Formats: sequence, C-alpha cells, structure tokens
Amino acid sequence: MASRDFLQKLPSQQLTQSRGFWSMVHLDPILLVLLIGLVGFGLVILYSGGDGRIELVKGQGIRIALAFLVMVVFAQLDPAVYRRWAPWLYLVGMAGLVAVLLIGVGAKGAQRWLALPGLPRFQPSELMKLVVPMMAAWYLSRHFLPPRLSRVTVALLLVFIPMGLIVKQPDLGTSLLVVASGVFVVFFAGISWRVLAAFGGLVAVAVPLMWVFVMREYQKQRVLTLLDPESDPLGAGWNIIQSKTAIGSGGWSGKGWMQGTQSHLEFLPESHTDFIVAVLAEEFGFVGVLSLMGLYLLIILRCLYIAVNAQDSFSRLLAGALSMTFFIYVFVNVGMVSGLLPVVGVPLPLISYGGTSIVTLMAAFGILMSIHTHRRMITS
Amino acid sequence: MPWGEFKDTAGERRVFQRRTLAVVVILLLLMGVLVARMYQLQIVQHETFSTMSDKNRVQVQSVAPTRGLVYDRNGVLLAENRPVFSVTVVPERVGNLDETLTELQRFLSISEEDLERFHRRLKERRRPFQEIPLRYDLNEQEIASMAVHRHELPGVEVNAELVRYYPHAEMTAHALGYVGRINRDELQRIDPVDYAGTNYIGKSGIERFYEDLLHGTVGYQHVETNARGRTLRVLEQESSVPGSDISLHLDMRLQERAFSLLEGRRGAVVAIEPETGGVLALASVPGFDANLFVTGIGVEAYRELNESHDKPLFNRALRGQYPPGSTIKPMLGIAGLDTDTVTRELTIWDPGFYQIKGRRFRDWKRSGHGWVDLTDAIAESCDIYFYDMAVKMGVDHMHDYLTRFGFGEQTALDISGALPGLVPSREWKRAFRNEPWYPGDSVNMGIGQGFNLATPLQLATATAVTANQGRWAQPRLLRQVIGDTPATEALPEQKRDDIVLRNPDDWDFIIDSMKEVMHGAKGTAREAAKDASYLMAGKTGTAQVFSLAEDEEYDEEEVRERLRDHALFIGFAPIDNPKIAVAVIVENGGSGSGTAAPLARAMFDAWLLEFNAGEAGLVVGAAGGNSP
Repeated sequence: MASRDFLQKLPSQQLTQSRGFWSMVHLDPILLVLLIGLVGFGLVILYSGGDGRIELVKGQGIRIALAFLVMVVFAQLDPAVYRRWAPWLYLVGMAGLVAVLLIGVGAKGAQRWLALPGLPRFQPSELMKLVVPMMAAWYLSRHFLPPRLSRVTVALLLVFIPMGLIVKQPDLGTSLLVVASGVFVVFFAGISWRVLAAFGGLVAVAVPLMWVFVMREYQKQRVLTLLDPESDPLGAGWNIIQSKTAIGSGGWSGKGWMQGTQSHLEFLPESHTDFIVAVLAEEFGFVGVLSLMGLYLLIILRCLYIAVNAQDSFSRLLAGALSMTFFIYVFVNVGMVSGLLPVVGVPLPLISYGGTSIVTLMAAFGILMSIHTHRRMITS
Repeated sequence: MPWGEFKDTAGERRVFQRRTLAVVVILLLLMGVLVARMYQLQIVQHETFSTMSDKNRVQVQSVAPTRGLVYDRNGVLLAENRPVFSVTVVPERVGNLDETLTELQRFLSISEEDLERFHRRLKERRRPFQEIPLRYDLNEQEIASMAVHRHELPGVEVNAELVRYYPHAEMTAHALGYVGRINRDELQRIDPVDYAGTNYIGKSGIERFYEDLLHGTVGYQHVETNARGRTLRVLEQESSVPGSDISLHLDMRLQERAFSLLEGRRGAVVAIEPETGGVLALASVPGFDANLFVTGIGVEAYRELNESHDKPLFNRALRGQYPPGSTIKPMLGIAGLDTDTVTRELTIWDPGFYQIKGRRFRDWKRSGHGWVDLTDAIAESCDIYFYDMAVKMGVDHMHDYLTRFGFGEQTALDISGALPGLVPSREWKRAFRNEPWYPGDSVNMGIGQGFNLATPLQLATATAVTANQGRWAQPRLLRQVIGDTPATEALPEQKRDDIVLRNPDDWDFIIDSMKEVMHGAKGTAREAAKDASYLMAGKTGTAQVFSLAEDEEYDEEEVRERLRDHALFIGFAPIDNPKIAVAVIVENGGSGSGTAAPLARAMFDAWLLEFNAGEAGLVVGAAGGNSP
C-alpha cells in the first residue's frame, strides 16, 4: 500500500526517458499493425461473403473506423482510471442487465437492448464483457495473490450472477464469453490447480443439470444437431452440413476469391456473419485458414506479452483475461463453423459483419494498449 | 490491505508468468485442435465435401419428352398436347401467406379442396424454397390475371406444362383410351429414369398399348442452381426425343356418323376394312369425356359417370359380351358344309318347332318357314334348320369352326381391354358348370344363344374374315408410325391361320346367302337394303336379355325397354372386293332387322358413297337380283 501511494505521487514524466511517438499517443504499433492487417483481410472476405455487395463492406468499414476511434480513446485513459471506476461500472452494468429483463427490447424473442430516452440503444451484456473482468481483477488485486478460497468464491459470484442474468435474456453465447472472461481473471490470479479441478468437477455435474432444467428446447436441439447433423439435413442440420461442405471443398488453396459456390449460390446461410470462416475456407483453402489462425495467434501472443509486462496486478489480470477472451471468440466461432461445437451465435472477431462486438473488442484492445503504454517504472 | 504487509509484487509476477505459460500451452493446443479439424475437413475429407458441394450446385434436371400425337387415317388430330398453366407458391418468399392467398382468390377460383391440399402439403417435410402447387389448369382469364398481377405477389409462380387433350372427347374415349397421372403401382413398373419429369402415362386403349412409342425418350440438362433451386446456367444438355406421332385406321367422319346413328340409345358399332384388318370405326355409345380423366377427375363427376344407368364408362365395343344370336348362322353354315353335315341342296321341313328328347324348341316365326335349304335358312333366319344341323354336327365341330373365326379369343393386335367372349365346349361345361354337354345345349348353340358370348369387335372380325373368304387380317388400330419406324415393327406379329375349306367355293355360296338376306325377296334385312346402289351381304340377329341387375330400380316404361331384346347385325359391302365389314348392336333395340340393319346400311352408304366416292374398285351396281 505504501509503495503504491508513493509511486502514484510521482509525476510519470519525471521517471521516464523521452518517449517515442507511440508512447505519446498511447498506442502499440505492433498490435496496431496486426489489427489493421486482420480487419483488412476481414473486409476482403466480407466482400465475398456478402455476395459482392459493396454497401456491406462500406458499412463495416465505417464501423471499424469508429471502433478504432473508440480504441484510441480507451487507450488514452490510464489503467488506474479503470481500476478506480470498476465497481461503479459494475453496478451500472448490473442495473442495466436487470433493466433489460424488465423493460428490454429486442428481436427474435430475445430481449437484449435497452432503449432509454435520450440515450442510443445499447446492450448491457456487451458492456459486461469488459466490466466483469475489470471488476474481478479489481477485487482480486486488492489483496494477496494467490487469493484465498473465500475471495475466489466472491469473485466467482461476481462473475456468475451477471452470467445468470444474461442467460435469462436469453443469450447463451454472450453469457459464456462473460463467464470466460471472469474465470480467466481468477485463473490468472493463481488459484491452485486443485481448486480448478474441483471447479471443473462442479461444471461437469452442472452441465447435465442444466440440460434438464435450464436449457431451452432450441438450445438442446443445437447440441443434438451438432452430434448428428444428418438427422435433420433440411432443417437444423442444414447450417452445419453446408458449412462443412464449404470448408471441405476448399482443399489446399481454395476455389479462389469470389468463386465460392457454397456461399455465392446461397447454400451457406449467414455467410457474411457467423459462418464467414467457411467462406474463407472455401475460397482460400487450408492455406487461407492457416494464415488467419496465424494472424489471430500473433495478436493473442502480443496481448499476452503486454499482460506479462504489465506493471501491477490489476493490469496483468485484466490484460490476461481480455487476451484469452479474444481467443475464446476465435475458438468458439471456428469450432462451431467446423462442426466441433454446437451453434451458439458467436461472431468471428473483427471479421464477421456486425457492429456491437467490434466496438467492444476494439475497446478491449484500447485497454490493452493503455496498459502497455502507461508505464510508471522503467524496466531495466 | 492490513498495515504492515507488503505485497509480494515479484512473487505475484512470477505466479502470473507461470500461469501465462500454462495458458500459452493450452492456447497452442486448442489452436492445434482447430487446425487439425480444418485439416481433416479440407485435406483428408476434401473429396467427400467437394462432391457434396457439386451435388449442391449441380442439378440434373430431366427434360420431359413431348408425347406423340395421334391422328386418324385422314390426318385429323385425335390426341394432342396442350399447355396447361398451374399456380405454385414458395412460402419462404411470400411475405404474409394468408394475405397472399386471399389476394390470389381475387383472380383465381380456389376451392376448399385446393386450400386443404395446399395446407396439407405445407406441413409436410420439404426442401427449403420448394414450391407447393395451389391450382392446376387455369382458364384463359385466370392466366391473363396472373400475368398482370404476378409482380404484386412475390413467391407465387405460374408454371406451364404440356397436358394431353382429346379434341373429340366422347367419341374417341373408348377407341383411344386416355392418359392419367402416374400412380404408385405404375411407378413400380416403369423405368424411373426414363419417366423422370413425365407426369402422365397411358392408362387404357391405344394410349396404353403404344405407351413406349408415344412417350419418347427423356432428355437431360445439367444446370447450376442456387440454394433456392433457381437455375442459373445450363452446363450440359442432352435433348429429349419426342414420342412418335402415329396415325390410326380410324376415320373420324365414320366414327361421328356411328355416334349420331346411335344417338339416344345404348350400343356399339365396329367397322373393319377387310383387306387390311384396319379398324375404321370403334364406337361405344354413350361415350364419356376422356379429358376429365387426364388431370384427375373430381369425385362428383366420377360418381356421376360411374352410377349412370347408361354406363358410359363401359366399353361396349370391346367388352360388351352379348349372345351373338342368329348372326353366327353364316359361320355355322360354313362349318356345316365343310364337315359334310349338310349339303347345299339339303332341305328340311320347318313346322315352327323342333323336338328333341321331349323338349320343344321354337322358331322365331311361329308358323315355321316350310321347306328350307341352307340359303333359305340364312336368308330368312330359320332356326329349325340350324337346330337340326347343330345337333347333327355336334358341339366339338361347332366349337372348332367358331374359334377359327376368332370367337372365344382376343384376336386384335393392338386393342387393349378387349374381352374374348365365350365359345362353349364339353370341357368348358365340365370345368365351369360341372355338367356334361346336353343335346339341348347344342340346339341353343346352333342359333347363337345359350352360353355363346361375343363382343361387337369379334362379330366384326368374323365378318371381315368371311368377307375375305377365310383370309385372316387381324384387326388393328395402328396404321402408320410417322417417322422412321414402320408400322409392322410396332405391331405384334400376326399369328392366325387362314380358314381353308375343302371346297373354297363354299365361301361364295354362303356369301350369296348373306346377299339374299339383304336383297332377296324373303331376306330379313331387305327393307334396310332397299334402293342401294351396290350389293351388300349381311345377317340379322336378336339376343335375348335375361335378367336385370338386382340393384336397379326403374319405372315401368324403362323396365319394358330394358327387357327388350338386343338388336344385332353383321354385314359387309360391296360383295365383290369388300371395303367395309360392320357389326352393330343396339341394346334393347328389339329386332335386328328393324333397328340394327338400317344402321349398318347407313354406315355402308357413308363409307362407300360419301367418304370414298370416286375411288377405284368400288362396285356400284343395281340393287336386288340373285347372284349366279
């Protein structure tokens, strides 16, 4: 405590040498380049996945530009700001989640949005994707690490209560991402492997209970379809079968840009949103898929590098959790599209068409860059 | 944090670093899983998915061949293919289904049955974007309305298909048969590849017999389609081969004449060209509109046809098995002469009855005909003469000779659905009646009553053979296949032996007797042959009606009518070089000479004087007079 106060009182600039351009603007050039590369690649695929409709690409481009702006803004704020505001943001987020269940609006039978007078429509659950790890990181970093079991329990409660609220919307996909981000914080905080195993055991028990009591019919159907898509090839299994066909028919190097028959002949649904990886796989083949995976891997590794080099517990935990959440996006989407996981409606990060998740992700990257560029101590 | 404790920053850092390492390992592992999965799909199973991808986008569409047309001998169209328009709906492309259906009812008439069928199909499992039929057979107004308003109705499609149409409806139904939608049983029989895309198959008559010829061969198109099934482009194509057009021996003018002659009555007329065996007319009255059956007749309409007392669905010409009565006397005469049972000069005394074993059989003429020889017996239709001859000849000979004329068998080459009639024999009676043959049975057989049954087609056939003096030309409808196939290839082989007599002059003798029927002073049909400009030969007949069907109820008038005898007549003209042989039956017509003979005379006049006037080979001579 004392050391922290002492350090906080020193003006940062006195301790640091002259910083480069990037430090001044609080951006990480490597991550920036990787992100630009990724979204560029994404726009190219989107053009094909959207069947050559340039308006789609233009819309997405604008959205991406705005998201980059958000990233820059978030990068300017000192991580200490995030740490201080974490509990308040958490309360606001929780209020938002409760409000959504009571007065929320939405489409397709799901209430996910809040339309308050004077404010633009927003999804509280999206907010929670950032706020929950922040809260968990704040709570755990206040005390010794690794945390005691009691603290772990509290942290987990902080994570699972919002998850429960989100599940009720219903929005299984987002709830899983929120849980993942929170659990990663706990993991990085250093809970013992034994506790982790016990926790894993709990989950294993909970899953069948969830199947019977919590999961809705369509969610159960999705799992069944995953295991045997051929049982309903014209109905529920259609997406998976078409997706696998698209991917498999790509071969080593794909059919060529804009030449994908599965997507362009309308066999593959959601070809510009959730299933866009299949378009990539069909048109650019195994080589294309490897390239994409490689790009994502580099981004995640860079983020983990930032996390390791962060200068306080809060920043480390938060950075680690955000990096791994990003990975979860990739793993779940690609796993779903290739038939390894049931369909849960998780978009391919920064590539799938659609605005909300891009903004949230870029905000997260902004936080990461903030953590990386607001340094109090020079590492010698 | 409690005062006095320091955070172990370095320690926390180390923990974090260890965790990060663990995470990176898990990360790489999971990425590896994804990559491995992609490898499995894209490399290991590439062939499978490549094929599936092609299967998706490449569809083999069959191109149905156009059905061959059917003409009569003069090129009059008897069966053609007309475009019929139907409306289908693709529910996925329709905004609001109920609204659209309501909207459609402004332009189309949609029955409750149609809507019910539509909604039923809607619930069944179907491919996404597959269309569901709503209404078939739009009329011209509806087609026009749809053309104008289709753009207002997304998801609604108008399809055209070629459907069989019979311009002469009632008159050709029994002769041609008809096509109908393929049912499940037929699906088992046919080659599914060749019939892909075809909805109709011949159900009866010519349409059925020459199905292979008329159907043609299916063609193919490899097309690229999108998921909506919309064809984007044709990749490969193999044209369909249309069915062969055929022309029949039928003469529509003669057929029309037969129908008008039988108007208001029930009966049949069969006319055959003796030289070729070609069927010139095949009329069964009343007929029915075959077009109703093509797209599927409604329940009400079918019930009406089926329950009508006149039985329009019953093909009397081919399936009406009547006792031939006196019409077979000429044939039995041939038998008698050839077996030496009687001679040309033999005369017997006809007192009006015949007694055998204590039972009396009467002549139709109560007082009898007096002294008669064979010619008289035929000309005046004397029953006693034939009773006597029949008993003396015996059933075995009678059976033998009658079958040589085609009775008791189906002898037509390409007329499906014809029944064989019945020529009784000892064996038959043993087998079916479990009784021996009695002399009384021969008596009845001698005048064509008893167990004998013959169809109008068989009567006409036997008449044609007689006209040909024993030479067999099996009756056939097909005259010509327009194109490469000669008719002889399409027709089954002829198998019947000519009737060879010990004395071929017997033919002339019997034909002469038949001429007496028409032109002689005592001939039973002399009224009908009055003022003819050519010589004709014939024989009248009357068949007794035995019983009413149990479930029929009539008023008195009708009862009396339907109990009357059937009127029969066979004949051919002209005697030298016959051009037409005719068999007529008028149900409940009373007397053969009164009702049936004039009808046949009208047919002769029509054929010889009207339709073929001026043709070489026609003998136009004075009426009356005895032949040498």
